[in-house]
Amino acid sequence: MLVPRKFARDASGMVGLVIVLTTAVVAVVAPRLAPHPLDAYESHPLQRLQAPSQAFPFGTDNLGRDVLSRVILGSRAALTVALLVVAGAMLIGVPLGLVGGYYRGWFSELIMRVTDVFLAVPQLILALALAQLLGPSLRNAMLALTLTYWPFFTRIVYAETRRIRVSVFVEALEGLNAGGFRIMFAHILLNAAPPIIVRATIGMGFTILSAAVLGFLGMGATPPDPEWGLAISESRQYLPEAWWFSTFPGIAIFLVVFGFNLLGDGLRDVVDPRLRRSR
Amino acid sequence: MLRFIVRRVLLVLPVLFGLLVLTFILVRIVPNDPSAALAGQNATPQQIAEIRTKYGFDRPLIVQFLIYLRQVVQADLGTSIQSGRPVVQDILQRLPATLELTFAALVLGAGFGIPLGVLAAVRHNTVVDHALRFFTVGGVAIASFWFAIMLQLLFSMQFDVLPLRGRLGTAIDPPAKLTGLYLLDSLVTGRLDAFRDALRHLALPAVTLCLGAMATITRFTRSGVLETLQKEYVLYEIAAGYPRWLLIAVYVLRNSLVATITQIGLLFGALLAGAVVVESIYDWPGIGSYAITAIFSSDYKAILAVTLLVGVVYSMVNILVDLVHGLVDPRVAADF
Repeated sequence: MLVPRKFARDASGMVGLVIVLTTAVVAVVAPRLAPHPLDAYESHPLQRLQAPSQAFPFGTDNLGRDVLSRVILGSRAALTVALLVVAGAMLIGVPLGLVGGYYRGWFSELIMRVTDVFLAVPQLILALALAQLLGPSLRNAMLALTLTYWPFFTRIVYAETRRIRVSVFVEALEGLNAGGFRIMFAHILLNAAPPIIVRATIGMGFTILSAAVLGFLGMGATPPDPEWGLAISESRQYLPEAWWFSTFPGIAIFLVVFGFNLLGDGLRDVVDPRLRRSR
Repeated sequence: MLRFIVRRVLLVLPVLFGLLVLTFILVRIVPNDPSAALAGQNATPQQIAEIRTKYGFDRPLIVQFLIYLRQVVQADLGTSIQSGRPVVQDILQRLPATLELTFAALVLGAGFGIPLGVLAAVRHNTVVDHALRFFTVGGVAIASFWFAIMLQLLFSMQFDVLPLRGRLGTAIDPPAKLTGLYLLDSLVTGRLDAFRDALRHLALPAVTLCLGAMATITRFTRSGVLETLQKEYVLYEIAAGYPRWLLIAVYVLRNSLVATITQIGLLFGALLAGAVVVESIYDWPGIGSYAITAIFSSDYKAILAVTLLVGVVYSMVNILVDLVHGLVDPRVAADF
């Protein structure tokens, strides 16, 4: 297999893969890994805002909860949100892009114009407005992010479909009387998969960032959930004394997003030689 | 060329109309009743009903939309529930602050990003290139709100060298308003004290906002320069013995900045979105913090106006970018 070997030689892509896999493992075993798993919801007023020490390597927060445990437990929310949002956005965006790119006519035109409208407003602003309208909760934040992220998939799949539908093999399939549905989902989709996968990987990182912003602004996760953005927002009023309370959740966000971006970048270099960075 | 311009502009019209429909639908399916929000917590049902009639919330949606459409055409975006003033007035008053911030971020981003991109391309596949790669990927992975807080923690709280928030210290009078951009106005009117203070206040927000832009610009400059370096005319120039720095600075850079310029245009939209978060942390009195307040208080006219403004600005910048692209590379225009 050429592709995995090519990827394995790409050092930064591998670093990304390692970070992402580590995060996934941490998220799965979080309740066992965290030194104080009950600190997700329990508070200990007597040990509040303690500086990092042997007992609490990342210190404690305003309610005396272990910051390290909450950072570890927060990986679950981050990955769940990223997976669900990206999957939901693909579920909406990919079929629309296939139909818009494969067929000609008013319906395709309508799909692409609506996509344009969504892309004309920065995603975060739209998601913020939507999340507020739906009412602040993690579920609604995910809904808002999904409803604003699908156009990115539609645009990519549209471009790919337009390119692929004029190729000889599609013409041959049409000649063999294959149905449009089958051509789109069994053949074109398979050939358009690489850029979709790259976009999804980078989208995971992007979604984690956006979800953290929503949490930070009070439009995502609700207390006492151990969510990173929410934790940073709670920590602001205890600065500059309790620096650890703000610092560590932010580093966690950075590391995970960094991992997904490196991975997406490495994948792009492998699947799209035109954009390869090391010529 | 003219045909290209006209077509490009016409293509935006349906997007703008769609934008109006989208924002309107979005805000009118509000679960929390705007009339109730406006009337306050202790309002009687009768008072709420009065407000509903006064602001037209009781009319059919389609009628409300048509009224809204007519108002937009007349540049009347309604009255903000929060400030009680016309939304357009609010926005015009706050726009210069946001423009100053985004321009500063863009200048910083391009000022550092382009040289770094060239450096990465010239030192291609060396340690420098790899290090810069981590920087460009990492720059877009940092949560800007967290970065802002870390900068505040370090420079304002710990070492107290830069102000924590705001656009100007309370002891300093704002410079006479010419453009609304404090840096420019204070320079023109010779108010060096205000200039210095405005610059100090601008520093942290601009650095926070520029990080993502700088990373993106570095990246695109790098790939543009790398691509140009492969061109035959560059090979010829190398063979002809041009000094390396002259070759890079004059011939290669000029030809490889096309992609970067396109990207800078697109970044403007991202910067506006980023400004929402950055402004609310630094209490920067611009459109971004206005949008956040509007969203929190269900001030739907203000939300509509800001979304519309950002959408329009973004579309316009995109047209501009396409036109520049079309001018530089006539094949783009011919494709239309």
